[in-house]
Amino acid sequence: MAERCAVIGVGQTHHKAKREDVSIAGLVREAAKMALADADLTWSDIDAVVIGKAPDMFEGNMMPEIYLAPALGAVGKPMFRVHTAGSVGGSTAIVAAHLISSGIHKRVLTVAYEKQSDSDAMWALSVPQPFAAPLLAGAGGYFAPHIRAYMRRSGAPDHIGRMVAVKDRKNAMRNPYAHLHLADIDMKMVEESMMLWDPLRYLEACPSSDGAAAMVLAAEDAVSGHYPPAWVHGMAMRSEPTMFAGRDQINPQAGRDCSADVYAQAGVTDPRAQFDCAEVYVPFSWYEPMWLENLGFCGQGDGWKLTEAGATAFDGDIPWNASGGVLSSNPIGASGMLRFLEVAMQVRGQAGEHQVDGAKLALGQAYGGGSQFFSMWVVGSAKP
Amino acid sequence: MSAAGRTVRPVSIASFAQSQNVRKDNERNEAEGLQPVIAEVFANVGITKDDVDFICSGSTDYLIGGPFSFVMALDAVGVWPPRAESHVEMDGAWALYEAWVLFQEGEIDAALVYAFGRSSLGDLNEILTLQLDPYYEAPLWPDIVSLNALQARAMIDAGKATEADFAAIASRSRRDALSNPKAQVRHDVAPDVLLEDDYVVAPLRRHALPPITDGAAAIVLAAGDKALQWSERPVWITGFDHRMETHSLGARDLTVSPSTAKAAEVAGVADGNVDIAEIHAPFAHQELIIAEALGLDDSVAVNPSGGPLAANPLMSAGLIRIGEAASRIRAGQADRAVAHATSGPCLQQNLVCVLEGA
Repeated sequence: MAERCAVIGVGQTHHKAKREDVSIAGLVREAAKMALADADLTWSDIDAVVIGKAPDMFEGNMMPEIYLAPALGAVGKPMFRVHTAGSVGGSTAIVAAHLISSGIHKRVLTVAYEKQSDSDAMWALSVPQPFAAPLLAGAGGYFAPHIRAYMRRSGAPDHIGRMVAVKDRKNAMRNPYAHLHLADIDMKMVEESMMLWDPLRYLEACPSSDGAAAMVLAAEDAVSGHYPPAWVHGMAMRSEPTMFAGRDQINPQAGRDCSADVYAQAGVTDPRAQFDCAEVYVPFSWYEPMWLENLGFCGQGDGWKLTEAGATAFDGDIPWNASGGVLSSNPIGASGMLRFLEVAMQVRGQAGEHQVDGAKLALGQAYGGGSQFFSMWVVGSAKP
Repeated sequence: MSAAGRTVRPVSIASFAQSQNVRKDNERNEAEGLQPVIAEVFANVGITKDDVDFICSGSTDYLIGGPFSFVMALDAVGVWPPRAESHVEMDGAWALYEAWVLFQEGEIDAALVYAFGRSSLGDLNEILTLQLDPYYEAPLWPDIVSLNALQARAMIDAGKATEADFAAIASRSRRDALSNPKAQVRHDVAPDVLLEDDYVVAPLRRHALPPITDGAAAIVLAAGDKALQWSERPVWITGFDHRMETHSLGARDLTVSPSTAKAAEVAGVADGNVDIAEIHAPFAHQELIIAEALGLDDSVAVNPSGGPLAANPLMSAGLIRIGEAASRIRAGQADRAVAHATSGPCLQQNLVCVLEGA
């Protein structure tokens, strides 16, 4: 990267099933104002705004950056809108970071959101398309067969998914912004929840949330704020086709290539040893062991063993989703940015009750589409 | 060359291709419509997808009426092995900007940018209303033609234009399109004949509206040695910026475009002579607003391709302006050109790209 880029401000809303107290503009402003305050800046300090969200049909508002421009202080400035499916929150942060690392801007505000209660994501995902197989069951129905295939391939026992569901919800109890605060969560409660898409039960799936995330990114000579900056050590995006006979949908090549790229930039050769924590897009419980393998934290077929041994728990050697993750808050368009934002909070030491002790280097990951779009970044407390 | 005091890395428009622009392409889906365009844009410079470092596209889900319309369109490129790729829910001109940023960083030396949109699939007057404030404006369902008629009326009331000016722009555009085989509306009809059209929404007569167009376009960008290898007369992007205005139409002076003026200032439009301008003004009166904001004088040839009044494929019409301007420089018909793209109701967001021959 030509210029160093730092995260100097973060903000997020309280994520809930229905944020009926705010409009979409109010929702994004809540996160953006918090990020500006954290960076000790005001709207006029910002050079450009980069916004991302998942499909516009989730709210019924076409190209909403048009309407949100004044709410985000973008009038008179460049404003950019990213949409890369579920990975969009991560991709949006990366597009914004490149505006800094290219030297074009000094301070960029990046925002991602979803207000799922304004419409029905399940409906929006299931609109019949000409010449395409209908996806009538939404995302869970699409991914459940992939999970079955993973279980068969790896020989993972049934309870691994439930373990992830419990672990991430227990972590969410430490995060005041999380949507789900299930104080009584345990293996039995997950096991007794309704079967949605075999083998996924209700409590192994992410919620539908209203929420927004925002970050202020800055060049090295524009760093400010109440906490030390989180420096971007590497960032990358990769895509592969939806339909391709040579694809491995369980362990996608695009994910492996993306992590190889971002690790090379950050000088990471042993992710489990070198990262202090990770925030990884796990919308359905089983994606934790699947992504552990895809991201090279262990060998093929061993992901579930790390989960089972508690390695990814809050007190494990490599905490995954200390914030509670997507399983605890899922404002879809913002879910990827929350992963990127949470690791920035960790290396800045501002994660409060879910702070991983001494976190210095961390990985944020997001994925989308049919496990085909990936975005990742590595942030650290030290300058790259 | 500089923008906001920063040295700009020259990036070349190495290749441009567009589909035939038609009223309704009923026989091909998005990927099928795009694939020949992608093949052509690579064939022009004798390369394949493996020769580009980055891919970025622009489109909107609301034309197809389903989520993720860009996902299957990616099959037109065939991203295997996996590629660094991104997408903007904006006109392809902004996708080109995203790629240009990576060039500035020195990350990449070649990129594919494409855009597509089938405007014929739904009722654009209903669809584009969904761009408005969802609480206070969209529920009133003001259609996009009526909003643009308000803008045209404001032009007339301000003494900045007449209906005859709109007819003259439409007449010139469609006549110029006779030399553009890809254009959709091509004919030589005098302005006074056009003025006999009925109003669609006064003061806009039929001729002052853009056609409804299905189409796609693609550009290959290159820098350094690749730019020189792939083109005998490289066309360089020497200035590039885009700016946003506020949303509420009542809070804007619709007869001017301060966002275009600001983008033009940052992009350095006034730093040299402008031979041609490709302006993304879907409604005839908007050409006058943008030309004024760009500071163009009467010597500048505006929209020699016919412009969006001759073919207006949503989401690629802005990218096509950049491609058309570059093509004329490459053909030796111009040395320096300005290309413009717009988004949002009544020119709310605008992009300016300055192109120069070697």
